[in-house]
Amino acid sequence: MTRVVLHINGTAREVDVDPSTPLLYVLRNALGLTGAKLGCGLEQCGSCAVLVDGTARPSCVAPVVQFEGAEIVTVEGLVESNGPGAVQRAFIEEGAAQCGYCTPGLVVAVEALRRRRPVPDEAAVRAVLAGHLCRCGTHAAVLRATRRVLRERGM
Amino acid sequence: MTTNPSLARHPAVDEWLSFDTDSSVVVRSGKVDIGQRISAAVALVAAEELDVDPERIRVAERETGRVPDEGYTSGSRSMMESAQAVRLAAATARRHLLALASRRLAAPVDELEVANGVVRVPGTNRTTSYWQLAEGRPLAIPVDHQAAVKSPAMHRVLGRPYEAPGLTGLVTGTSRFVHDMMLPGMLHARLVRPPHGRARLDELDRDIESRLQGAHLVRDGSFLAIAHPDEWTATQLAARIAAVARWSPERGYDAGDIAELLVTNPRTSLPVLDGAAVQGLVPPPIAPPADAVATLTARFQRPYQMHAPIGPSAALAHLDGDRLMLWTHSQGIYPLRESIAEALGRDLESIRLIHAPGAGCYGHNGADDAAFDAALVACALPGRPILLKWSRADECGWEPYGSAMVVDVSAGVGPDGRVATWSHDTYSDTHGARPRAGAGGIGPARLLASRFREPALEPPRARPSIGSHSGLHRNQDPIYEFPTRRIVKNLVHDLPLRTSSLRALGAFLNVLAIESVMDELAGRAGADPIAFRLRHLSDARACRVLEVAAGRLGSKRKESGIGRGFGFAQYKNASAYAAVGIELSIDEGARVHLHRAVIAADAGEIIDRQGLTSQLEGGLLQAASLTLYEEVRYDAFGITSRDWETYPILGFDNAPEIEAVLIESPGEPFLGVGEATIGPTGGAIANAIHDAVGLRLRRVPFTPEAIRAAALA
Repeated sequence: MTRVVLHINGTAREVDVDPSTPLLYVLRNALGLTGAKLGCGLEQCGSCAVLVDGTARPSCVAPVVQFEGAEIVTVEGLVESNGPGAVQRAFIEEGAAQCGYCTPGLVVAVEALRRRRPVPDEAAVRAVLAGHLCRCGTHAAVLRATRRVLRERGM
Repeated sequence: MTTNPSLARHPAVDEWLSFDTDSSVVVRSGKVDIGQRISAAVALVAAEELDVDPERIRVAERETGRVPDEGYTSGSRSMMESAQAVRLAAATARRHLLALASRRLAAPVDELEVANGVVRVPGTNRTTSYWQLAEGRPLAIPVDHQAAVKSPAMHRVLGRPYEAPGLTGLVTGTSRFVHDMMLPGMLHARLVRPPHGRARLDELDRDIESRLQGAHLVRDGSFLAIAHPDEWTATQLAARIAAVARWSPERGYDAGDIAELLVTNPRTSLPVLDGAAVQGLVPPPIAPPADAVATLTARFQRPYQMHAPIGPSAALAHLDGDRLMLWTHSQGIYPLRESIAEALGRDLESIRLIHAPGAGCYGHNGADDAAFDAALVACALPGRPILLKWSRADECGWEPYGSAMVVDVSAGVGPDGRVATWSHDTYSDTHGARPRAGAGGIGPARLLASRFREPALEPPRARPSIGSHSGLHRNQDPIYEFPTRRIVKNLVHDLPLRTSSLRALGAFLNVLAIESVMDELAGRAGADPIAFRLRHLSDARACRVLEVAAGRLGSKRKESGIGRGFGFAQYKNASAYAAVGIELSIDEGARVHLHRAVIAADAGEIIDRQGLTSQLEGGLLQAASLTLYEEVRYDAFGITSRDWETYPILGFDNAPEIEAVLIESPGEPFLGVGEATIGPTGGAIANAIHDAVGLRLRRVPFTPEAIRAAALA
């Protein structure tokens, strides 16, 4: 067991863990942040994505110690004081979730796109989202939500 | 008018809804929410009939003993059964309560007004409410199947913008999936599965348990699981045990050409008449008319395909004293409870199943099997809650697949330009192997772990389903008006892999085949493909969706490389009508790029517009994935499609823009829509590929390799 300090959603959190434990298991089981999902455990599906220093990255394989010193934001951290954040609101408005299992990873990925300057074009959006799988078929709705967010951002 | 099986089994109003003392209305549906938003739909329907704001409706958690037993949530039947039952129960309740109000307020019923559950005599201060009238007592009156429901012109709730209440939790990460649950003292469990279905565990290091760092090893014959308080440790231990476990025999599957096995293995063949299989002699082949202007014989194929949910199956089980609690994302808590009770030799009443959300799959994936796995571990470790999760490799390797299929169609067009003869043989394993109690212990035998426990249960031999458009003959009988038709279903036995219900069942390949042949015959008869279909349809609603889809895709511009195609079906010839148009291109690497899709659908009266659109679009995208990418790979030693690289699916890089047009049919019965776009999408893609490059592809998936092979053939 090792003491690890993580900066998550703007707060420093200390956990005693086996340092080889992937970040995802620490978030979900030690810190109760179950928004990020265990999908494949192979960095193939994107359902475990979190923001690491502003970039969406899978959390299911890399050991937790690699994230010390980084600013980590989970889907829970994108909620604002008055409710769901901009990306989350766009997903609600477009109905861009069915079962919702892949949704937290997608919300995080679109948040990373929203923070990019200049505003990313369609090809860049597709390239980022290609790292995320969805089985219910929300793709078209997610793309509509993403364009809505980027339009608002671009104004 | 067919009877609603849900109402037949649960005839009383209070089984469907009640008026709680906190001024809410509790609606009980036995159909589980799997992302199709049935909870939103039943809440809206109840709100409308009762004149109560949707915010006051609570949809009860699905738990055995607390909600109606509506069997499995399958076959696009939730609206037709559950929402219709709730609507009639609400209409009956309203009429009953207004009669009470009439006496209490001394005013005739037709002078009363209702607003958000408050009943008022206009122009006076005399009011009461549903809750005062119900007095906290259940409405033990029968649901009136003929109860007058509101006419669409009177609707106040339906048609207004509506935000499904579950969405916020999904996008903020606060929704709890079964995977996210945590109970005090809980252990995380993982499985160690054999390499293939026939393998038996013959050796496991006797000392292994002593080296397992406080973990619990659970073994029953060849069923093997590990449980540990720490999830990551459990995951690693399962991998270590898998590395030392020895299984035999080495070979498990006949990996020969599946299409060949489908048409040569022993089979049960039945004729299909008016959409239903019947006991009788298989009719002889029919010849096209001597004066046929066009004939066509074609074989269509699909391989085994997966449900492949993004989150592998999971369940939480807790044997607490004599009571077994089980949280599961099964689509049928009642039939699963019966099967598990029988398998464990436990009293039905001692087991409670609660539906908890899982990852979407639309069919019979590993959910039920994972629930039984968790129950087995919990029974071996009494008092400890067990959260058991399948790994990605478990899910890919052990879910019951959608069956591989062969469809043979032979058709002839007469001199009048209409199809004169149509013959359609479908060959497939079963599409219906969900666990449900029945003769010969069939419920337990359909649970995967029963094959590994001691004594092992043999998987039951499938029997042909004979209902209307069930199983492999779903949408096998074309909706088109053909004067002479020969439809034969062939349930094929002794095939290598375990199969069950995957979204749309046999309708995916049956419709793909029908729509491909119609498109090709139209070409050979020199007719426009839409006009050719319309020639064989007299149902105005069917014609309308085709015309709307064709109009929305727009007139064809002759651009090099761009192909357009259509597909159409009425699901089960009785549910929603859907026409799909696809615009695509094929690059020099023979990859198909989906540009644009249009859907026109008529699903009867619309309750949840956004939910309906999601179901149509989701079906289209899943079907596009099945059509272009998906094939379960296996060899003699086991399944080799074990992750997303070895079982690729459609991604965001190839998701088309979709325009869904919902055709309003106010006052018409609900028509199930969840699977309506699956078959039409397959047909539309096949036809669009032909339009783009002149190739007729007939074996899905239409991969670059398949397209190159067709080009060279």
